Amino acid sequence: MEAIYLDHAATTPMSEEVKETVCREADAYFGNPSSIHSFGRRARKLLDEARKVIAASIHASDREIIFTSGGTEADNMALIGTALARRHEGRHIITTAQEHHAVLHAAEHLEKQGFDVTYLPVYENGKISPADLNAALRPDTIVVSVMFANNETGVIQPIAEIAALLRDHPAYFHTDAVQAFGSIDMDVRQLGVDLLSVSGHKINGPKGIGFLYAAQHVKLEPLLFGGEQERKRRSGTENTTGAAGLVTAVKHAAEKRQARAEAYGSYKEAFLNELKAENVAFSVNGLLEETIPSTVNLSFPGTHVEQLLMNFDLAGVAAASGSACTAGSHEPSHVLVAMYGKEDTRTMNSVRFSFGILNTLEQSQEAARRIAKIIKRLV
Amino acid sequence: MKENKDIRVVIGMSGGVDSSVAALLLKEQGYDVVGIFMKNWDDTDEFGVCTATEDFEDVTRVANQLDIPYYAVNFEKEYWDKVFTYFLEEYKAGRTPNPDVMCNKEIKFKAFMEHAMSLGADFVATGHYARIAEKNGRVQMLRGVDDNKDQTYFLNQLSEDVLEKVMFPLGELPKSEVRKIAADHELATANKKDSTGICFIGERNFKEFLSEYLPARPGEMQTMDGIIKGKHDGLMYYTLGQRQGLGIGGPGEPWFVVGKNLKDNILYVEQGYHNDYLYADALTAVDVNWINPDLVGDAFTCTAKFRYRQKDSGVSVEKRADGTVEVRFDNPERAITPGQSVVFYDGDTCLGGGTIDTIWKEGKMLDYVG
Repeated sequence: MEAIYLDHAATTPMSEEVKETVCREADAYFGNPSSIHSFGRRARKLLDEARKVIAASIHASDREIIFTSGGTEADNMALIGTALARRHEGRHIITTAQEHHAVLHAAEHLEKQGFDVTYLPVYENGKISPADLNAALRPDTIVVSVMFANNETGVIQPIAEIAALLRDHPAYFHTDAVQAFGSIDMDVRQLGVDLLSVSGHKINGPKGIGFLYAAQHVKLEPLLFGGEQERKRRSGTENTTGAAGLVTAVKHAAEKRQARAEAYGSYKEAFLNELKAENVAFSVNGLLEETIPSTVNLSFPGTHVEQLLMNFDLAGVAAASGSACTAGSHEPSHVLVAMYGKEDTRTMNSVRFSFGILNTLEQSQEAARRIAKIIKRLV
Repeated sequence: MKENKDIRVVIGMSGGVDSSVAALLLKEQGYDVVGIFMKNWDDTDEFGVCTATEDFEDVTRVANQLDIPYYAVNFEKEYWDKVFTYFLEEYKAGRTPNPDVMCNKEIKFKAFMEHAMSLGADFVATGHYARIAEKNGRVQMLRGVDDNKDQTYFLNQLSEDVLEKVMFPLGELPKSEVRKIAADHELATANKKDSTGICFIGERNFKEFLSEYLPARPGEMQTMDGIIKGKHDGLMYYTLGQRQGLGIGGPGEPWFVVGKNLKDNILYVEQGYHNDYLYADALTAVDVNWINPDLVGDAFTCTAKFRYRQKDSGVSVEKRADGTVEVRFDNPERAITPGQSVVFYDGDTCLGGGTIDTIWKEGKMLDYVG
């Protein structure tokens, strides 16, 4: 039985081009970019070029790109780094109840340090409301963090509207674009964001590398101390092979964005149509029309998420729930709880399916048929 | 007939050596094996690490060695409602409960079994030392061949319906062989020591644990003639026949718990291991389960165990109309304890069992036992 991977929102495999780059660069550019000799210079050159390409992909300047170990570090830096740098200007932070834990737990950490955090509510359509943000804004708000697209539902948030609201406010605007970057073209100037996080492994790049865009005017305190790399904002010898892989992935994301979006969107559609044809009872969590093409989150009434995921896996379908699961302790997804409330059964019977490079149209239909068989047995 | 590879066996894996080897044996027999770790209790150790995490990590190591899928499921709520609540209620009532029996009945062979079936299981397996045999088209439970490890005592509440869907891969093996298999295959759990005590208490002090959940009411220790011998910390901390922790000095033979008076909060103590008050010749049992009900007569003789790892004793059993049983002993028995299981055997076949309710001697109920 062929295993079908419908969990590209968790992580993606490296594309052939990325793998090739990583292998090639590992040999050619192993030097330490801080070294004085020729080996170091070659690595420095690679890193500088990578930074330039990545900056160009979001219409930023290369001085505004900080390489990080991934999305988590970029998000942590965006919140904690700015909060610490601006703690004398204000102590209020606004984020949303449906952020990734890399943002939420960083915010909670700041709360313990004496910062005041407002968590904006999420509506049943999976979106936050700019009006709520407007109401929550205070003169001492120093940073606002709203994700571009949610990682569990795929629902795109009103980023442009939020940026407009903040145009005349001193608060920095950070967006976690980890899930959205693969499918949405981003121009940071036009969007009006000050900080933006991207992760390599979500866009068919390597794990262990990502970046934070921080606009030139953004004040940022470092979280890591040492050799003062990345213009003193992020110490640690640069991950040059990772950066080489990342830049290939970013290039491809830009070149193939349209084609990928169409392909993944068609897989998703075929998948949903097949489920309907099989008469499976389900509902979509969040407004389907406003999701990124790759992702959909479905509720299957009368089932339980643990039972579903195990059965799907045994039938060769890899999917996920947003719920944290360690040694069998099962917490309902904080995103669905934010949308529906704690008591709603959808928080305990929902599964995320995310399509990508490993899929085909036929596979998506086949996965739907396997799922239909399981749901019929369980319900 | 289905080939083994088309037979899905879902095995409960605890992270211990027994269930690890059980999984290995099933895998070697070619079954479609799926490992499940049950998290039944939420607890953290002195470093704030969930105690179940380490066990689950061992499950993942072994499952990866065997190349079988594994998952964790959470039965904390079921365990609390069905096992722990019973456990506390029994202590409150002055009895000595047997949570392992209840855990097998309500969790492993009910909640877990249902979950396994929802995963398309044909069979459920565990690392228990017991055997399942088909005799004349009937499924029966036999003792494990390792006399010292036989766990049928704890499985006495299972029914034939359940056993039809169960495999005990270790039943034919002595424990030493299980350890050897684990070592030969370099299983991650090969050198892990066996868990002791009640699973949710673990290595902790039993008294301390219980006092977190039940208020302790200290009272007097008296002889059966009413002579005060000291103070007790709370009746629930003592069980019949217990010698340790009484703190009674003085001349003569050591002192033992012989009974409890719940109403007046008195712990009865007497001198001598073989003190007469510790002996009885009959009991009644409730919550009686017969594994193959129609194969058991209304009155019969067989052997019985009154506690785990005890040698069998000859008994006569008489069923009563309300489903309870009267059990008469061939010879007087020491420290029969209400709340513990009495389990019946015909040779190697486990017939079933029940919960010890009242204790009798020479036709009189011993009301002092609690």
